[in-house]
Amino acid sequence: MSATFQLDGEDIPFTPGQTIMQAAKAAGVYIPHLCWHPDFPAHGSCKLCTVKLIDAHGGRFGSSCTMEAQAGMSIENRTAELDDKRRTLLQMFFVEGNHFCPSCEKSGNCVLQATAYELKMMSPHFDMFYPDRPVDASHPDVLLDFNRCIMCSLCVTASRDVDRKNVFAMGGRGILGRKIHINSESGRLADTDFAVTDRAANICPVGVILTKRKGFAVPIGERRYDKAPISEQVKEPTA
Amino acid sequence: MLHCESSNQIKQELNIMSDHDIIDQVLARHGHDGSRLMQILRETQEQLSWLAPATLTHIADGIGWPRAQVSGTAAFYSFFHTRQRGKYCVLWSDNITDRMLGNAELMDAMCKKLWLEPGRVSEDGLVSVNTTSCTGMCDQGPALLVNYRAIPRMTQARLGEMVGLIREQKPVAEWPAEWFEVEDNIRRKDILLGHGLKKGQALKAALERGPQAMLEEIKAGKLRGRGGAGFGTGLKWEACRNASGHGPNPAHYVVCNADEGEPGTFKDRVLLTSYADLVFEGMSIAAYVVGARKGLLYLRGEYRYLLEPLESALAARRSAGLLGANILGQGFDFDIEIHLGAGAYVCGEESALIESLEGKPGRPRIRPPFPVTRGYLDQPTTVNNVETLAASCLIAAHGGAWYAGHGTEKSAGSKILSVSGDCERPGIYEYAYGTTVRQVLEDCGATDTQAVQISGPSGICVGADEFGRRIAFEDLPTAGAFMVFDETRDMFEVARNFAHFFAHESCGFCTPCRVGTTLVRNTMDKISRGHGSPYDINELFKLHRVMQGASHCGLGNSACNPVFDTLNKFRPAYERRLKSLDYEPAFDLDAELSQARQMTGRDDAAAHLQTKETT
Ligand SMILES: Cc1cc2nc3c(=O)[nH]c(=O)nc-3n(C[C@H](O)[C@H](O)[C@H](O)COP(=O)(O)O)c2cc1C
Ligand code: SF4
Ligand code: SF4
Ligand code: FES
Ligand code: FES
Repeated sequence: MSATFQLDGEDIPFTPGQTIMQAAKAAGVYIPHLCWHPDFPAHGSCKLCTVKLIDAHGGRFGSSCTMEAQAGMSIENRTAELDDKRRTLLQMFFVEGNHFCPSCEKSGNCVLQATAYELKMMSPHFDMFYPDRPVDASHPDVLLDFNRCIMCSLCVTASRDVDRKNVFAMGGRGILGRKIHINSESGRLADTDFAVTDRAANICPVGVILTKRKGFAVPIGERRYDKAPISEQVKEPTA
Repeated sequence: MLHCESSNQIKQELNIMSDHDIIDQVLARHGHDGSRLMQILRETQEQLSWLAPATLTHIADGIGWPRAQVSGTAAFYSFFHTRQRGKYCVLWSDNITDRMLGNAELMDAMCKKLWLEPGRVSEDGLVSVNTTSCTGMCDQGPALLVNYRAIPRMTQARLGEMVGLIREQKPVAEWPAEWFEVEDNIRRKDILLGHGLKKGQALKAALERGPQAMLEEIKAGKLRGRGGAGFGTGLKWEACRNASGHGPNPAHYVVCNADEGEPGTFKDRVLLTSYADLVFEGMSIAAYVVGARKGLLYLRGEYRYLLEPLESALAARRSAGLLGANILGQGFDFDIEIHLGAGAYVCGEESALIESLEGKPGRPRIRPPFPVTRGYLDQPTTVNNVETLAASCLIAAHGGAWYAGHGTEKSAGSKILSVSGDCERPGIYEYAYGTTVRQVLEDCGATDTQAVQISGPSGICVGADEFGRRIAFEDLPTAGAFMVFDETRDMFEVARNFAHFFAHESCGFCTPCRVGTTLVRNTMDKISRGHGSPYDINELFKLHRVMQGASHCGLGNSACNPVFDTLNKFRPAYERRLKSLDYEPAFDLDAELSQARQMTGRDDAAAHLQTKETT
């Protein structure tokens, strides 16, 4: 018999060393997340996966993608309090970038958009920042539209650990400075050894890293999150 | 321009060092070691004025790192320039205490004299003028940095002279020496500042005890961290001592946290100026206990001027047999290296500091693992504040029981406060723990005090009814800042200054902090412009709830503290600015005309819409 913890009152089995997120995924239970990907170590930046660990003093918040599961833990996940926080975090993403979903190729297959539907985010709520973020169309096969970047660093990790190329690095500071740096003096993707077959070319959860000449390939209605909400696809493989 | 290949060729022919030669020298001095990237970038910039794209490529090749990682680090730090900067780079410290001493008027006058807009380099590439986060001179402001050299006590008279020197292009090294004199302003000494120990005395006592017994004394002395969190120093050292090193080069490290970025804090500057031996001795004692052979002191870039004196102090200790191989003939090997930061408050957070020491952007790590098991270069590391380490010398010399006899039951020993703001005698005050706020106010000559910001923007704001509270871990814990505001001050403006600070200093890693600090700043600005409503007040409370708890590190978790405190304790300061009781859009028609005003150089009443009451 394996050890368990409680997630919204449900017993979740886990193996030692697993995080709350990993154990929940294995059990088919959805915890909202953006920057976590099952194939890579947790990054811990988006904070959508914030849960509440109930303790003697009431409880404390933590990221379920980095918190190790312990036997007997009691964790709150889909409560009104937490989903409310998550909606605010989603709204933060929508106002800090430029997300025009109807014209975005990723629409329907986008984790950010699907999560916003799941959490019933009705509007961006805050005033938009309208940042000036560039598009890099220099590469023959891949387009980069940083207007939609959610700073999850998955492209950085994939390029470093799988492709062994280090095409991307996350650099700069704060709301104005933080961005993906491209590994060339010109800053252009064309001047790197990036290839459309790289894992990093196929990892972006939103619509930044897009394969050229492949746009809107799947008709509306048949896209991934048209078929079922994200919370019902926990067991499906992630791109 | 200086940075193309042809100019390098011309220089070669003229037998002048080319940029590449200069960079190669720096790289060689640091053994082409990428983990020393911060120092490589700083030293290169000190010689070449800025970090041009070709410079970064050359450095990346030299250390064998992907270029994107090098440019990512360079872009993180405020003091690194990846665009050409003016020959003179003037940065005004913009803490609220500098504001209260009139820095905005001085900076404005400077810009007018130089025909400059803040933040822009002059057309001739001569000078730029801008603001920077608190430079730790709050007791002697308004302060500024010129080419990263600290100048306190700025006045109108000096301003005229300074502008003249800039126009004449007089090198900063030839400016009047008294401008660069930083005062200690020690007003009250207790057991630490009045220690009376001889150089080497505490270290000798520690070596005589042996590491385990020394650790027991630290625990018996109930020493707690002075950097803010108040973690038990004995427990921290013990965890580090018990952790084993990893990989092919196992080691233990001691890091002295001299980042002192919390606005209003300047006591570590004074310790490093006049008590450097005590600090180095504390690092040595820590190293002896945890089993480290190397220590690193992370000095904030604002204190660049302390580098040479600190290096000499280290050299003197080496000659005296107090540092290096076989210290005091006891077979203990230990040495200390100084690393400079480059303008990033978040690097005071211990895991961000370690990232920075490794040449990376100062991004707080996921914890656990904590630095005591996996810190610098993934090895067990104890990170301690300057004052904590200095205080450990007292325990080594006098024993734990003696030390625990000072202060209160839960807060042993003394605390150094950095007092600034509305008082007659700003400066350094050391007290046994347990002293009331009122006592400090009395001693520093503060009258008609409205509020005191304890421990800086991330600490707490106490009003007059709380002046009976005590400086102690169990009541008012503090990293040392003590900023005094009298009745004439507007506590809303205080909180707004702090909101700008956090928005500027958020590392940008986590969503609640990266976006939240900007939303808070924008909301405070909206209220300040007279466009706020009760709706915005609710929004501030909501942002506070999301940021506190969901943020990745202490910065985001405490970024709303000043807004939250002042909203609760000084609500009228907000309410008198609220335009109506309903929602007000942030869009301001008049503000939209500001660009047109700028282009036409007009700011008269007719250039504004009538909605604005004053111009
Ligand atoms: C945003 C942030 C900034 C910090 N800045 C400093 C600092 O400037 N100096 C410092 O000693 N500790 C600072 N700390 C606390 C450190 O993380 C750490 O707790 C401290 O250096 C430990 O030393 P101590 O145990 O001696 O207090 C900061 C923490 C945070 C979250
Ligand atoms: S990436 Fe997703 S959320 Fe962003 S614009 Fe595209 S569809 Fe919308
Ligand atoms: S480009 Fe995509 S994968 Fe890379 S950090 Fe941005 S959102 Fe994440
Ligand atoms: S999924 Fe955990 S922080 Fe992003
Ligand atoms: S993670 Fe950078 S401040 Fe929170």
